[in-house]
Amino acid sequence: MKIMVAIKRVLDPNIKAQVRPDGSGIELSNRKMAMNPFCEIAVEEAVRLKEQGVASEVLVVSVGDAAVQEQLRSALALGADRAIHLQTPAPLSSSLAVAKLLKIIAERERPQLILLGKQSIDSDNYQTGQMLAGLLDWPQATAASAIALQGEEAIVTCEVDSGLRTLQLRLPAVITSDLRLNTPRYPALPSIMKARQKPLEVLSADVTGVALAGTQRQLSVTPPAARKPGRRVSSVAELAGLIRSLSEEN
Amino acid sequence: MANLVLGGHQDGRLSPATLRVLAAARAIGGESDLLIVGNEITPPIAEALTLPGVRHVLSADDETFRHPLAEDVAPLLVSLAPGYSHILADASADGKSLLPRVAALLDVDAVTGVSGVIDASTFKRPVYAGNGIAVVQSQAAVKVLTVMSSAFTPVAREGGLASHQPLSGPFHRTERTRWLSERSASPEGRPELTTASVVIAGGRGMKSGENFSLLYQLADKLGAAVGASRAAVDAGFVANELQVGQTGKVVAPVLYIAVGISGAIQHLAGMRDSGTIVAINNDPDAPIFAVADYALEADLFDALPELIRLLS
Repeated sequence: MKIMVAIKRVLDPNIKAQVRPDGSGIELSNRKMAMNPFCEIAVEEAVRLKEQGVASEVLVVSVGDAAVQEQLRSALALGADRAIHLQTPAPLSSSLAVAKLLKIIAERERPQLILLGKQSIDSDNYQTGQMLAGLLDWPQATAASAIALQGEEAIVTCEVDSGLRTLQLRLPAVITSDLRLNTPRYPALPSIMKARQKPLEVLSADVTGVALAGTQRQLSVTPPAARKPGRRVSSVAELAGLIRSLSEEN
Repeated sequence: MANLVLGGHQDGRLSPATLRVLAAARAIGGESDLLIVGNEITPPIAEALTLPGVRHVLSADDETFRHPLAEDVAPLLVSLAPGYSHILADASADGKSLLPRVAALLDVDAVTGVSGVIDASTFKRPVYAGNGIAVVQSQAAVKVLTVMSSAFTPVAREGGLASHQPLSGPFHRTERTRWLSERSASPEGRPELTTASVVIAGGRGMKSGENFSLLYQLADKLGAAVGASRAAVDAGFVANELQVGQTGKVVAPVLYIAVGISGAIQHLAGMRDSGTIVAINNDPDAPIFAVADYALEADLFDALPELIRLLS
């Protein structure tokens, strides 16, 4: 079975995002970038399924400018077998465009399973996986915290608001990963060296005919409203008084 | 121009978030229809008929939707879409799973996690774990939105005069996805985390799951819901569904009490819009103190029992 994993390059999650003074977006120049944490989990899951002998090949795909090859190499170092870079002139903001491009790759590569992160930590959109499943007319499971593959089926535990839901999907299917699906490994130096030799195919998104702009524009980004400065309270008794008056206001 | 709002329901009751999504629809303008999908859903339909600002309550009451799957509800929404300018749902796990699938089938981007309505095509939404508030303009023919319900004040529960329009099947029924089971780990009889007016959350500083009983005792005094940071969830103190943050639930109660929580960016994303934030932490440099309205620097194992006693 072939597993395809879609990954995204984002601002390193350990760096505090800063809004550009002109309101045009988040400052990304000279900032450390990384693979989106949920995508790392998706890659890890695919690699584990390969190590278990369930998957025969792990293909990683990323959409964007040349810089995404850095994250594709990271995924190869984590154990993916080969990579496809769908090249666009700039990072895409449209999840719909990304989903359409991934669909083209899925139709060419015919994976039995496509894994994505449940959301990227930059746009916080939470939509590409479901869009891809819809476009392919495949079953979907979002926010997976456990995946078991059995023949032509996947038993998936999903995190929902009230607890955990278990679904059975007939493959091929799209599954998005939640944080608790696994703990991604760190690549060892030899794996990083070996990853340089693994195949990385570059395809131009131009030839696909997909409208890269999508249907929405970001007009501005501003910092969240600052909260009024708080104050220290000196005793539990004082805090109890404050809590009592605040909860009585309800 | 009219809005189609997908109503949520659980245990025969309309979800409180539905009233907040209706408020978002009202801010957009135009008339709103409320769609309720499920099986044996007479009680939530009856509730929906009394909501102000609802023109029609559409219902899809069918065995197919006993456990509604995105694969089956998406085609229903797509078939209804031509009559609407906007399709809205709560940014709950189900809404977030379903609406992007609908959007793709309508060939549009979804606007997710909407926290503010500027006009019928311009919306605010948090990005980068709430470190930025983006203003986005949608050119989509049908605007598909998930709504961060905590950002909207609910409409009243009565005063409406909606008409009921049952939809007749047959409905799409996927053969390729099966709902097997669902289990809840939430304690019975407590307010729901996302709609509670008081939330008490514990972090790594609680040290163990057993110690969360202190938070439950305090929660009982205040009629509060209990939440947790990712650190507490990852350490196995409490179940995942209690997690508040960028990747968990977003809450905006009147009062949020953070106990033993350092205040990582990802946690703040889930609670920074709370009315009043109280923090109890023994680390004077904990980032949570930067957003707290009232900060108590103390050992929580001393402070909590005393607080429980004083509030009794």
